[in-house]
This record gives sequence, C-alpha cells and structure tokens, in this order.
Amino acid sequence: MSTLEAIGARLEAPGWTRRVGQIGIGIGIVACWLGLPPWHVRQPAYAAVLGIVAIALGIATITGGEKRVGWGSVASGIFGIVGGWAATRSSVGNLETVFAWSALIAATLRWATPLVFASIGGMFSERSGVVNIGLEGMMLMGAFWGIWGSITTGHWWAGVLIAMLAGGITALVHAIWAIHLRADQIVGGTAINFLALGVTGYAFVDIYGSNGTPSLTGPESIPTWDNLTHWLQHIPVIGDFLANALGGMSVMTLIMLVLLVVSSVVMFRTPVGLRIRAVGEHPRAADTVGISVYAVRYAAVTLSGVLAAMGGAYLSVGFVHSFNQNMTAGRGFIALAALIFGKWRPGGAFAAALLFGFSSALADRLPAYSQSAAVLFQALPYVLTLIAVAGVIGRSIPPAAVGRPYVKQ
Amino acid sequence: VSDAAAPEPGESPGERKGGDHAPSPLARFAIWQRAGGIVVPLLTAVLAFLIGGLVVLGTGSNPFTTYKAIFNGTGLNWLFPWVTGQGRTLAALNLQQTLLITTTLILTGLAVAFAFRCGMFNIGGQGQYFAGAYFAVWVGSSLAGLPSVLHIFLAVTIATLAGAAFAGIAGFLKATVGAHEVITTIMLNWIAFWVGSYLFGLGGPLQNSHQSFVPISNDVLDKAKLPVFWGDPLLQGLDVGFFIAIGALVVYWVVLNRTTLGYQVRAVGFNPEAARYGGINVPRNYVYAMAISGAFAGLAGAVDVLGWQFRISQNDIPVSTVGFIGIAVALLGRNTAVGTFFAALLFGALLTGTSTRHLNAEVFRPDLAGNLTQIIQGLIVLFVGADLLILAVWNARKKVRLGRSTA
Repeated sequence: MSTLEAIGARLEAPGWTRRVGQIGIGIGIVACWLGLPPWHVRQPAYAAVLGIVAIALGIATITGGEKRVGWGSVASGIFGIVGGWAATRSSVGNLETVFAWSALIAATLRWATPLVFASIGGMFSERSGVVNIGLEGMMLMGAFWGIWGSITTGHWWAGVLIAMLAGGITALVHAIWAIHLRADQIVGGTAINFLALGVTGYAFVDIYGSNGTPSLTGPESIPTWDNLTHWLQHIPVIGDFLANALGGMSVMTLIMLVLLVVSSVVMFRTPVGLRIRAVGEHPRAADTVGISVYAVRYAAVTLSGVLAAMGGAYLSVGFVHSFNQNMTAGRGFIALAALIFGKWRPGGAFAAALLFGFSSALADRLPAYSQSAAVLFQALPYVLTLIAVAGVIGRSIPPAAVGRPYVKQ
Repeated sequence: VSDAAAPEPGESPGERKGGDHAPSPLARFAIWQRAGGIVVPLLTAVLAFLIGGLVVLGTGSNPFTTYKAIFNGTGLNWLFPWVTGQGRTLAALNLQQTLLITTTLILTGLAVAFAFRCGMFNIGGQGQYFAGAYFAVWVGSSLAGLPSVLHIFLAVTIATLAGAAFAGIAGFLKATVGAHEVITTIMLNWIAFWVGSYLFGLGGPLQNSHQSFVPISNDVLDKAKLPVFWGDPLLQGLDVGFFIAIGALVVYWVVLNRTTLGYQVRAVGFNPEAARYGGINVPRNYVYAMAISGAFAGLAGAVDVLGWQFRISQNDIPVSTVGFIGIAVALLGRNTAVGTFFAALLFGALLTGTSTRHLNAEVFRPDLAGNLTQIIQGLIVLFVGADLLILAVWNARKKVRLGRSTA
C-alpha cells in the first residue's frame, strides 16, 4: 500500500507539467523521424500535425510554469516540422544512404567512446573540486603515446597502458599546479593543452618524420570482440540489425560501457565516492572529519588524466589507426561540455556524448547531399555543444568548491 | 561612478579573503601586477627557454647553436651596428617579417588581455581573428568602385565589428545563461574554422572566381592594401598595420585606465559581487568586454589580410595559431599595454626565427622548431601560473608577520 501511495504522490507532484513537456519533445522528434527510414512517410502533413501538437504541449507546459522543458518542447516541434518537411523533399535514395541506422549507431558509438572516457575522467576531477580544462591535452598525450607504445611493443594493450601512464603524468603536473601551487586552474589547464600539443608534435616529427605513423598491424590495433556478433545474430527479429549496429564494437567501447557502470557505482554508492564528492562540495568539512583533501584531489585528478588518455589512445590506436598533430581537435572540450550537460553524472555524460557522437556520425554521412557544404556540416558537433552549454535544456550546478584551491589550516 | 575620485578597485585584494579559500586568481594577479618589475616575466621566459633547450639537447642537437640560428633568423641582429653589408640587408628583411607577426600578436594579445581584466579567459582569439580575416578579404576583394582610403577604412571597420560580434556571442551567453566562456569560445573557434574551410573551399561562396580548382579566396584589390612604409611591398615589407597595433595598445590603455567603461570592467574583474553591490551592471560589462576583446582580434585579422596576406587559402586555416599565442602574450605581458608589446615581440621573433624560411635547416629542423615554439609557449603559460603563487606566498608571509606583531 505504501508503495502505491508513494507512486501516487509522485504522479501528483508538480512533475506532471514536466512530463507533458517531455512528451511534447518526444512527439517533435517522432515528427521528424517519420519522414526517415524505415518509415518514409512522404506526406509533410503528418509531420506538421505532430509538430503542432508538440508546440501546443510546449505552450501548455510553459503556462504550467516549467519554462525550460516547455521551450524545449516548442523547439522540438519546430524541429519536427522543418525536419519532416525537409525529409519529404529529399530523395529516398539519399535518405537511405545517410540514415542507414545500423551504420549510424555503430559510428555514433565509435565517436562517443573517446568522449565518454574523457568525460568520466573529468567527472572525477571536477567532483573532487579541480577544474580540468586540460582534458584535451591529456587525450592528445594518450593518442600519441598510445600509438607509439603499440608500435614499439607490438601490442595494442601495451600501447593503451603506456597512454594511461602518459596521461597520468600529464594530469599529475596539473594536480601539482592546482593543489600545491594553488595556481589558477584554468590557466594551468590551458598550459597543459599547449604543452601537450608541443610535446606530441615535437616527438611525432622527431620519431616519425614527415612519413607519419606506419600503418598498424593486426595485434597493434585495438580488436573487436567477434563473439558478440555471433550472440547478437541469434536474437530473433532484430538480431541482424543489432549485429550490424553493435557487433563491430571495439573492445575499448566495451571497456567504456563497463567503466560507465563502475564509475557510477563508485561515485554514488561507495565511501570512496562520498569522500570525493565531500572534498568537492565542502573541503573544510571533509578535512574536519579526517579526509585528506589533498590526497583525494591528487588521486582524482591523476585518474582523470589516465581515463582521458584511454579515450585518446582509442582514438589513435583503435579508430583512426594513425596519429596526426592536434588530432583530438577540441574533443576534450566537447567531453567537458558533455559532463556539464550531463550534470556531472556518468549516465548524463554518456547520453550527451552519444548526442555529440551522433552529430559527428551524421556529419560524416551528409556529404551525400552536397560536397561543398559537406565541410560546413563538420561544424555540427561544435554548434550542438555550444547550444548544449548555453543550457537550453536545463541548467546544471557544478560542485560547490570546483576551481577553488584549498588551504590547509 | 566617477573614476577620478574613486579608489582603485580591489585595493589589497590579497589580504581581504582569508580562511577557507585562497584569494581569487584575479586578486592574486593584482598583487602580481603591483609587485611590478620586469624580473618575474623575464625569469618566466628564461626558464621556459632553458627547458626548451634541454628538449633540444635531449633530441641530439646543440641548444646554443640552435638558439643562435633562431636568433639570426629573427632579424633582431639588425639592431647591432656591427652587422653590415649583405648581412644587414638580410637582417632588415627578417626583421620586417618579425614585426609583421608582432603586429598580429599585439592585437591577439590585447584580445586576451582585455577580457582577462574583466575576469574572463578568452581562448577564442583564433576564431575572432578568423571572423575578422574572412570579412576583410571579402570586403577587400569586392567593391571595386570605392576610393582607396574609404575602402581600407570600410574593410578594417567591418572586420573589427565581425570579430566583436563573434566574441559577443560568448559574452552574451555568459551574461544571460552563465555558460563558461572557455568552452563557448573554443567551440566558436572550431565553428569559425569549418565555416572558413567551407567559404574558401572548392565550390564555396567566397572561393576564387577565376580559378575554380584552387581552394583560395579572391585577391584583395591593390587599392585596399595597407601601404608599406619599410621594405619592398613585393617582398612583404612592413605595412602601416604596425602603427595600427601600436595605436590599439594606446586605446587599450586609455579605455581601461581613463574611462568609466574601463573602470567598470576592472571592477567586475576584481570582484563581480562587489561590483554589482556598487551598482555596476555586471552582465552588460561581460558582453562589452568580450566584444571589445573580439574587436582587437578581428582587427588583427584585417591587418594581416590587408597588410601582407592579401588572400586566404583553405590550407592556411588549420596552420594558423596566432590567436592561441595571444594567450601566452597576454599572460607574459601581465595584461598591460607595454608588457603586451614586448611579449608580442618575443613571440613574433620566436615564430619568425623558427619558420622554414628563416631557420637554417642544417642547424635544426624547422618542422621540429615549430613544435619547440609550442613547447616554450606552453611552459611560459605554465610558469605564469606558478608566478602567481610565488607572490601569493610572499604576500602571505608578510601578512603572518603583520599578524604576529599586532597580536
């Protein structure tokens, strides 16, 4: 009975206006989706009707007091009408090429994997109260030393380990600057990014010269897990689709998924996580009950570098199979945006990383429409990140002590 | 707010906050600034060059001959009276190159410095520079009927406004929804990057109208080019853009130190809460400061395009890093006008001296040297952070002594 009461109370809570708005957002997305494979509705009227419903629900939500969700629903409705209309204008052939869902999902996961690693790393650092703008540089270090390690040793896993070491050392510099030297963490992080760019560029030119990294042999690049495809194919009806979408998943992507669960449990269900969060929210209080603020912060920042470097190593060793200067191209910052967008939680960061990954995957396929404009589509993930950081969907509140050095008394 | 009678904002900010947290970076920065002197930035640079030398040594080259070759490539040996004859002619050519890059770096440095004085970290100088450059090349290569002076004025003004508007996006987002300017400006950099690749790429709207298979813009018309006052206009002599940059330094100083706007910007930079309490509209100042920052960067783009580049190639866009070096320039120059000039000269010389055209390849490989510049730049930014600490500790020691004597 008490459970039922609780559920009832939950339904009657002011949450219902939110729910209406969320349904509106969903309807707007469906409006656009109807025009795409596999449905191929060629009548723009359906999208228009659904879009108007979404806008109406949005307006209802705004009048109900939930402004952000309401505006989100209105925007989603407009997006649905425009997207649905655009889909009916374009040829079925083009749509099939661009929106091959299984390939899109596979590409989304590939693009999202490095972002999730860096995001989770950023979460540990920021939850402990240290801003980590240097994620970009740590990823880059991981990308270079990862591929160097796997070429030198001949084993991809050794490359990843060396990348983790390099990322950890880079992060340790940031930690010393942020914690003991009490330097401005944003200036320090920027310095890390510059340094990583210089160090990897210098070593890359010095070691590999103008030829670039040699092509990776079998054991040097990160493998996929073949059994997965087999198992997925045995699932009835959607088996083939799943095998195409998820079967080619890299081992690093699987590690990423495990990391997601582990980091979530550690951060929110264990004493270790409680300590990290306490240090990030109120270091003085944490210090008073005997938690070493410095030790926790050093560990968290170093871990963030190790994880970001894993993302970088996946990018070079597992995805692109080569290294070029500044190859991370702002992904550390996108990961940071995913973290903010995901409200400093692993699940939220994962969802945001999937969104950014999807936009990258889509940008890769849009050249089917126009070769010259294809270049412009490459800006899509960055535009989306900008919109996300602007907080259209919802404002997120960082840990209270983030960015502030702690002085022991 | 009257600026004449008002006390310096954030007077002794280092001592104000004690207890839980260290003083804010800007408060510490203020101490650093009043500590004055050229010693600390000099030490920073020397230390960075020292470590850079160790890197050179570690990879099997002689750091002394390397640095000497880089120095000779900068053309700064023109200042030595004993360099004569052909050496002097070559040095003059090199120095013109150095000063051309110094011009750009002064402006991109100011773009970072101005926002910094308002408590914001503008990493978007590169994107704002691109915004200015794109508009400058567009205006400069069209409007054939316009008289020369008017054409130059129009191109420079539109480019400056474009930079201001582009940076204004980040300022607006910070002022309205609190989006952190570091992330938004980085994203704007990449947006500017891809927009430029689209504009000047094959089939793009601003791609060359005569050569449809070359990813390059139209050339700036002769009458829209900035006049060259030292050297051969055909060999990239030094143009009047150098004086524009010097003028910008003066404007920077005057606006910050002698206007109400500058007073408000500095007040917000020292302590936004106190500024708000004092009746200053903090969000508006964020937008203004960011827009003015972007204006400097946009002007840099215009001066580059109208002064010596005359066109934008799609391949040049990924190579350009002047906006990022502006960060090191501003930090090393302590965000002051004079400091920015000398820091820009240092980095301008370093960039010229390590370029493929100027560095003797037998002494040190130029492709390595470019990355060496990047390392030195990173080290300088890193040590600037440590500099703040040295003075904070020094200040804290003084405070402890003071506390003991009054107790």
